[in-house]
Amino acid sequence: MSEGLINMAYIGATVLFILALSGLSNQETARRGNLYGMLGMGIALFATIFGVVQDNYVIMLLGLIIGGGIGWVLAKRVDMTQMPELVAILHSLVGLAAVLVGYATFADHEIGFSGVEKTIHDVEVYLGVLIGALTFSGSVVAFLKLSAKISGKPLLLPARHWLNLALLVLAVYFGMTFIEQSANGDGTLPLIMMTVVALVFGVHMVMAIGGADMPVVVSMLNSYSGWAAAATGFMLSNDLLIVVGALVGSSGAILSYIMCRAMNRKFLSVIAGGFGGGVTSTESGDASEQGEAVSVEADEVAQMLSDSKEVMIIPGYGMAVAQAQHSVYELTKRLKDKGVNVRFGIHPVAGRMPGHMNVLLAEAKVPYDIVFEMDEINDDFPSIDVSIIIGANDIVNPAALDEPNSPIAGMPVLEPWKGKTTIVLKRSMATGYAGVENPLFFKENTRMLFGDAKATVDAVVSSLA
Amino acid sequence: MIIGVPKELHKGEKRVATTPEVVGHLHKLGFDVLVEAGAGRAARFLDSAYKDAGVSIAKDAAEVWLNADIILKVRAPEGDEVAAVRKGQTLISFIQPAQNEALMKALSKRGATVMAMESVPRISRAQKMDALSSMANIAGYRAVVEAAQHFGRFFTGQITAAGKIPPAKVLVIGAGVAGLSAIGAATSMGAIVRAFDTRPEVKDQVESLGGEFLMLDFEDEDSSGAGGYAKTMSDEFIAAEMACFREQAKEIDIVITTALIPGRPAPELWMEDMVKSMQEGSVIVDLAAENGGNCKLTKADKVIQKHGVTIIGYTDMPSRLPTQSSQLYATNLRHLLTDLCPEKDGNIFVNMEDEVIRGTTVINSGEITWPPPPPKVSAAPAKPAPEPASVVEAVVEEKPQNVLISWLPAAIGVLAMLGLGSVAPASFMSHFTVFVLACFIGYMVIWNVKPALHTPLMSVTNAISSIIVIGALLQISSDSGWIVFLSALAVLITSINIFGGFAVTQRMLAMFRR
Repeated sequence: MSEGLINMAYIGATVLFILALSGLSNQETARRGNLYGMLGMGIALFATIFGVVQDNYVIMLLGLIIGGGIGWVLAKRVDMTQMPELVAILHSLVGLAAVLVGYATFADHEIGFSGVEKTIHDVEVYLGVLIGALTFSGSVVAFLKLSAKISGKPLLLPARHWLNLALLVLAVYFGMTFIEQSANGDGTLPLIMMTVVALVFGVHMVMAIGGADMPVVVSMLNSYSGWAAAATGFMLSNDLLIVVGALVGSSGAILSYIMCRAMNRKFLSVIAGGFGGGVTSTESGDASEQGEAVSVEADEVAQMLSDSKEVMIIPGYGMAVAQAQHSVYELTKRLKDKGVNVRFGIHPVAGRMPGHMNVLLAEAKVPYDIVFEMDEINDDFPSIDVSIIIGANDIVNPAALDEPNSPIAGMPVLEPWKGKTTIVLKRSMATGYAGVENPLFFKENTRMLFGDAKATVDAVVSSLA
Repeated sequence: MIIGVPKELHKGEKRVATTPEVVGHLHKLGFDVLVEAGAGRAARFLDSAYKDAGVSIAKDAAEVWLNADIILKVRAPEGDEVAAVRKGQTLISFIQPAQNEALMKALSKRGATVMAMESVPRISRAQKMDALSSMANIAGYRAVVEAAQHFGRFFTGQITAAGKIPPAKVLVIGAGVAGLSAIGAATSMGAIVRAFDTRPEVKDQVESLGGEFLMLDFEDEDSSGAGGYAKTMSDEFIAAEMACFREQAKEIDIVITTALIPGRPAPELWMEDMVKSMQEGSVIVDLAAENGGNCKLTKADKVIQKHGVTIIGYTDMPSRLPTQSSQLYATNLRHLLTDLCPEKDGNIFVNMEDEVIRGTTVINSGEITWPPPPPKVSAAPAKPAPEPASVVEAVVEEKPQNVLISWLPAAIGVLAMLGLGSVAPASFMSHFTVFVLACFIGYMVIWNVKPALHTPLMSVTNAISSIIVIGALLQISSDSGWIVFLSALAVLITSINIFGGFAVTQRMLAMFRR
């Protein structure tokens, strides 16, 4: 296949990838978008395999088939509640691949560069490996955290900002030695050293980030895996890789931005880990000063629900943990049969990854046209009879609006307290991720239904019948 | 312990202190319940219903007073009841300790513990046992019903074949619990409702019920007194208020007054000249009739006609809705008993350390403990004074930083770009052009993605980013075994990603349905 033909195929693939991403902007076109993506990938692979690869077909095919098989099985087996973990571990693979390709390129001395070109090529290799290694170790830690194999609590080392800075300085130092030595045909050692530094940096960065900031982390790692691909594209002078890497990189960056905005937090402060300084003085009072939470039983909730006309369900991470989405849909169906208008209100950072709740509700067959974003429904709460909050806390905390000193002040939240009654399904009175007392629980029109989300929703459903 | 519920003696009192539904909850707390025969009949709770709920029925009041450890009543004890109170017995009812000094003395002599339901502190924790509020809610609703009964027209406006009917105009004075309840009831019947209160902060509550809040041009006085009641106002304020009322009196059809200041005669708000200027057939419902009335002409417990206006002065509004008021009152009592009996073992413990129980208890084992120390009202704890200052400082510090932060990276970025451009070879620049443009396309495309699709978006971009496989494929044909090995490994793991990513996205998207 000629060079021109290959490039044409790459351009076609690029266009298809762009179409794939734009197709995902809507539920109606999303599936077509995914098909475009597959087609683009197919064309790119086909063109490369038949146009560029000249040898070692067996090894290549083995890799493709074994890897593809593993991926296929993974995709079929995974539970929808495990999506964040899956996405995180897949990101780590892209990072690892970038490291491997970087090393392979480095080991390949046939490409004869010299002078500035050589330096730029070295920088590209170096950056590709750096970002790749960072993505890899960061994603692995994120995976471990999301699958609860290690604690989701932020690990805050003393002087962690200095540690980060030291790692950065080290990376720059090794980069300079690498370029120096590489000019003389060496440089393996600094490259390996830097890889280690990048791996440590990735681990440390994600370890310092807590559970509720995971949506930011997951989309940030998504972004990194894109930049890693783009850096690889530069080092191989391949426009397809550059374009696709840039697409993925910017998409991840935008998602991170959206998530940060939804929490009213600065991207840097999320990355720096934990909740920033100046929080401690504002723990405003304990439960007894706030009043008392009124608890109810499942049958009373069922009664309230069947007497209502407008119901809003606000799911949070607790619903995912309890795997309650199917029970929630059963409840929705029962209420719909009784003529109650049921809607879902989704906060942008509910769950552990962007759009987490939507996927879970979709899995439970909740039709997407009754699932609304925060901005779409927040003004409707005054007309809502009953809001049900399932395993969510900080995203419905009125302190974010009322208390300027609260750690979550300024974060946009859903406002169920403006409706007639709010029912909170919760395991205990424990605080949410931010560690802030939630005044919503003590409002006079709030009722608490304690217990595991799935068990209590099931109990409500059976009392409805 | 045995809870006893005698029949109310007060003439015309139809309420009862417990209901069959509440009895179930009392049993759960470990109490036995004894109800006098016929106690609930006026409130439509039959003895048979109590029996079904597991209550023992006493044949007369004496049996109840003799056997019960706790007596639940609605009205304060009167006549023989006072003498029937035993030492060690606990009596829970409305007492009005401020007005009934003699009764308080008599009860303390009997050596009993008395809890007065109107003394429940008005703090958020005690709302569930605030019987004054639940009774006021009923009174407000009933006030509208009584007004409708005596009013000769519809509440709602209609256009019919027989002509146009204007909606009734209702003015509610005092937007406390009763006032708000009246506003809600009157708006839901279709009337135009206006409301006045000396506390401007209730404006939102009035408007949330569909009422219109009458504002005075008088800003510098706030009348929120302790415990959510209004306090007495200055003369200037009252003059402005009266002018406002005179204006309203000309067009208002129905006035419902609910203004009460605790422990004082009701303020006179609706003067005789306002009554005169009202139209023939108008109605005034005076919910403050028991304390003298907000209108001078009001006669307590009577409906009178004066200047062509019907003035209703019933003082027993809750009792006129006996089933509802008994149910709410019984629930208030049940919540109080729940707090008194934390162990759920059927024994009560009068914990004078507890703010709510302390406030409610007016006589503890014969010793008068009324009035209680003032409650800490505010739910929001008082903030330490220096805090706002530090906030201000922080803001001041932040400002110059912001300017620096927003310009510095941009400046560095521009310099770096120019520096790169001055040394980079042409091939790099063409790649770089592609890179920057692709970033912008990504930005434009992703910005439109619905939040609901963020997860599929991430898994599809993840699959797409495994295009890095091309990099591995470019090198797999190398002669060096090392490079072949690295590339093959890269091909293997990216293939996991390609197939896994696309397949799981497809699976997810297939689930989204209308």
